[in-house]
Amino acid sequence: MSDELYQARIVALAKSKTGAGKLAAPTKSARRDNPLCGDRVTIDVRVDDGRIAEIAHQVRGCLLCQASAAALAGAAVGRDAAGIAELRHDAERAIGRETGKANDPFDAFEPVANHKSRHECVLLPFEALTDALS
Amino acid sequence: MTFDVAAVRRQFPILSEIIDGRPVHYLDNGASAQTPLAVIDAVRAYETTSRANVLRGVHRLAERATELYENARADVAKFLGVEPMEIVFTGGCTAAINLVAYSYGQLLEPGDRILLSELEHHSNIVPWQLLRQRSGVELDMIPVTTDGQIDLGLLTKLVTPKTKLISLAHVSNVTGALLDVRKVVEAAKSVGARVMLDGAQRAPHGPIDLRALGIDFYVFAGHKAYGPNGVGVLWAKPELLEAMPPFHGGGSMIGRVTFAETTWAPPPRRFEAGTPPIGPAIGLGTACTWMAALDWTATHDHEMGLVQRVLDGLQKIDGTQILGPAGLQNRYPVVSFMLDGVHPHDVAQTLDAFGVAVRAGHHCAQPLMDRFDLDGTTRVSIAPYNDNGDIDALLTGVRHAANTLR
Repeated sequence: MSDELYQARIVALAKSKTGAGKLAAPTKSARRDNPLCGDRVTIDVRVDDGRIAEIAHQVRGCLLCQASAAALAGAAVGRDAAGIAELRHDAERAIGRETGKANDPFDAFEPVANHKSRHECVLLPFEALTDALS
Repeated sequence: MTFDVAAVRRQFPILSEIIDGRPVHYLDNGASAQTPLAVIDAVRAYETTSRANVLRGVHRLAERATELYENARADVAKFLGVEPMEIVFTGGCTAAINLVAYSYGQLLEPGDRILLSELEHHSNIVPWQLLRQRSGVELDMIPVTTDGQIDLGLLTKLVTPKTKLISLAHVSNVTGALLDVRKVVEAAKSVGARVMLDGAQRAPHGPIDLRALGIDFYVFAGHKAYGPNGVGVLWAKPELLEAMPPFHGGGSMIGRVTFAETTWAPPPRRFEAGTPPIGPAIGLGTACTWMAALDWTATHDHEMGLVQRVLDGLQKIDGTQILGPAGLQNRYPVVSFMLDGVHPHDVAQTLDAFGVAVRAGHHCAQPLMDRFDLDGTTRVSIAPYNDNGDIDALLTGVRHAANTLR
């Protein structure tokens, strides 16, 4: 049943709003749109010595996108671009695009695996953060 | 005649499907409508007894195919109250608008103005922007009222002697608002401008008398009007088709080809380069005949009764807002709504769990979303085969989303 998609962990991640907002003095920012559904993610980061010291996001998008941005914000601090790529692999494993078991918190997105039209909702915050770090 | 929804439903095999244990409540007709057995049978008959290319073959199958294809043109013409030779089959509604933007666009001069509205589908914006890049025409835009209608009160201000074309949605694919065509034609006539209507959301709701509307161009899509995918219709006044140069070059659209020069076939063939969508056109002709056989007074009442049920039901759910006319006046059976605190995609995904198919997002109308500062809406679009059960399933799903996702 499709509404199994909205399991408690995903809803809780979205409602946590971890990292929601703007940074006062970001080192870098990037915005990504999904032209198919209109979702938009803006990410601010403050990078210190190649590593993320602070992160904030503004999401105009669905609950999955909000949950993914919150999970990413919660796990990103202290990581460099390679570390963020590792987190993305986790998210890709969760939604079945890569093999293997995803780690917490991205394993929360395992119910999305069967909903291919929603995969991009989970990945959009990663796209924006990768842009910001590039 | 009265309207027997059960009898209509029996003509649509997909409505008896059970998917993951749930019946199909199909309320995404504005994106693609379902197709009745009559259409499926007509396409199957062409493919199994008459499949061949049209116009050029002398063998019997080619003659059969050509006859079916031209009969389809006549069926579509009858549906629109016009002559068959005024009907051009295209690859879809978008293709038809692009055809007009390219071919009619070549008759325009730099500085000529085209008037659109804020609620247009991207298909009725982007082809004109491409024309603007190519030829230097200017675009103007009629704003939308707070209840999602084109603000025709601004027409006199926006229509100028430089306005050559007004191109608007006959019915909005987001708000369901019905255009007051008379006012638009009046304003256009005052400066000698042409009027094109995007009929994608109007054509699926019964025959249209284009001559009475007094417009110049009309377009619609086959797949939204119970026909197959891959076919659309352009109607234009004969003098316009005659004056317009071709859009695509290729077979069928020529008079005579030499390396020095090519002459064009008369319309409609001038605009049907290459092998046309034969089977889909035959299906669409049948769909138009199928629609024309319904009693549209009763059918419209049925559809609008369902709209009322949607509006009443949504109003009882805390935090819902309708984007569009508040009542049944000036609207067709398309209802867009927002549920506070829940993104439209999450509403639509939840509805899917109840077997309810709707569309969510910007509906290819991003300027309209910007106007209302919205991420998107959830859109319910109704066809004659929908019934109270569909609407009740919808409302149950929306209540579930309201209770679980915020």
